[in-house]
Amino acid sequence: MQADDRAEVDRLNDLLLRVARQRDRQAFVTLFHHFAPRLKSFLLRAGMEAGAAEETIQDVMVTVWQRAETFDPRLAAAGTWIFAIARNRRIDRLRRDRRPTFDPNDPALVPDEADGSMDTMLAEEQTAALHRAIRSLPPEQADLLKMAYFEDKAHSAIAEERRLPLGTVKSRLRLALARLRKAMAGDDPAGETL
Amino acid sequence: MNHIPHHHPGPDLLLAYAAGTLAEAPSLVVATHLALCPRCRAEVAGMEAIGGALLSDSSAATPVSTGLLADVLARLDGPPLAEAPRRRQVPPGHNPVLPEPLRSYIGGDVDTIRWRRTIPGLHECELSCSGGAVRMMRIRSGMGMPQHTHHGDEFTLVLQGGFTDGSGHYLRGDFASTDTSVDHRPIADDDGDCICLAFTDAPLRLTGRFMRWLNPFIRA
Ligand SMILES: [Zn+2]
Repeated sequence: MQADDRAEVDRLNDLLLRVARQRDRQAFVTLFHHFAPRLKSFLLRAGMEAGAAEETIQDVMVTVWQRAETFDPRLAAAGTWIFAIARNRRIDRLRRDRRPTFDPNDPALVPDEADGSMDTMLAEEQTAALHRAIRSLPPEQADLLKMAYFEDKAHSAIAEERRLPLGTVKSRLRLALARLRKAMAGDDPAGETL
Repeated sequence: MNHIPHHHPGPDLLLAYAAGTLAEAPSLVVATHLALCPRCRAEVAGMEAIGGALLSDSSAATPVSTGLLADVLARLDGPPLAEAPRRRQVPPGHNPVLPEPLRSYIGGDVDTIRWRRTIPGLHECELSCSGGAVRMMRIRSGMGMPQHTHHGDEFTLVLQGGFTDGSGHYLRGDFASTDTSVDHRPIADDDGDCICLAFTDAPLRLTGRFMRWLNPFIRA
């Protein structure tokens, strides 16, 4: 299981790097077959019509091709990088809002502490650990976490839909995030139950 | 020397920002905090990794139309899609007080803000944003703000100077978050004006007597 997760993370990163470095169309087509159906579920769950979802998938995948050279597997896995593009496109499409972001090259930005104590594990290993930890989340935490990411809803709307007090939604999300963060830090909670 | 913030947005807020469900107005305050806070940047990066893992894992895949791949391939070498936000250039060697994304919303650094005096000791400037009211505030050194509570959330980010309220002392980069349960009265530090970015999702409700608006508070 462990090796499979790692192999899958490496495979997707590799495909995206081949797109970035060699403009490899075959690698791009493989990425499309992997991500397009997943992106479609992601966008439909956010409340898009099928037609709008497919137009958005087109925009996401064209952006993947055009901006592939900015992908750095030490900073984020391919899935994370594509998730960020899809999230931004979804905001554009559903809300026509801007999404304010900091600028990493801003002279006013307070830089990361130099020792980089954050990432002792390889980025790929972190991502694989994260996949394992997500599968081992208690179902009621996993359900709310997926809603928080996939449905374009405030936590209060999620609480209403699940008929839970807002405090319960927030505390389950916090528990889930804490477990996943621990897993990413190399502290694998797969054996724990709660 | 950069101040490393001690007061941060809660995990729910960072999650809503990372997941893309937070409206533009509160996102502006969160993103400006991120520019000043390495800790929360790492936190948001971790949350984006969770989003990525949920997306790539997702067993719920929906078949796409047969022509979709061909449509995408036909567009690959077409005109680039606008993605990156436009940023205002900073003259070399200049170290702005306001970080991005705030600086671009204002159209320049602090010296370009068009302040409007609202009450003695307080200047404000509304920013245009969807999903709530965002404004810059400049509180005169040593002044107290009117006592108030909120129907909704209020987020305040310090950009210059500092203030104290019942919950602590806030300096550059610190993020104060209050909700309906808090009745608070921030007081600006007495070593210079305090400049903040503030978001409210509902009108303020004054709880103190109106005179509080008028009387500068003198710190003991
Ligand atoms: Zn922070």
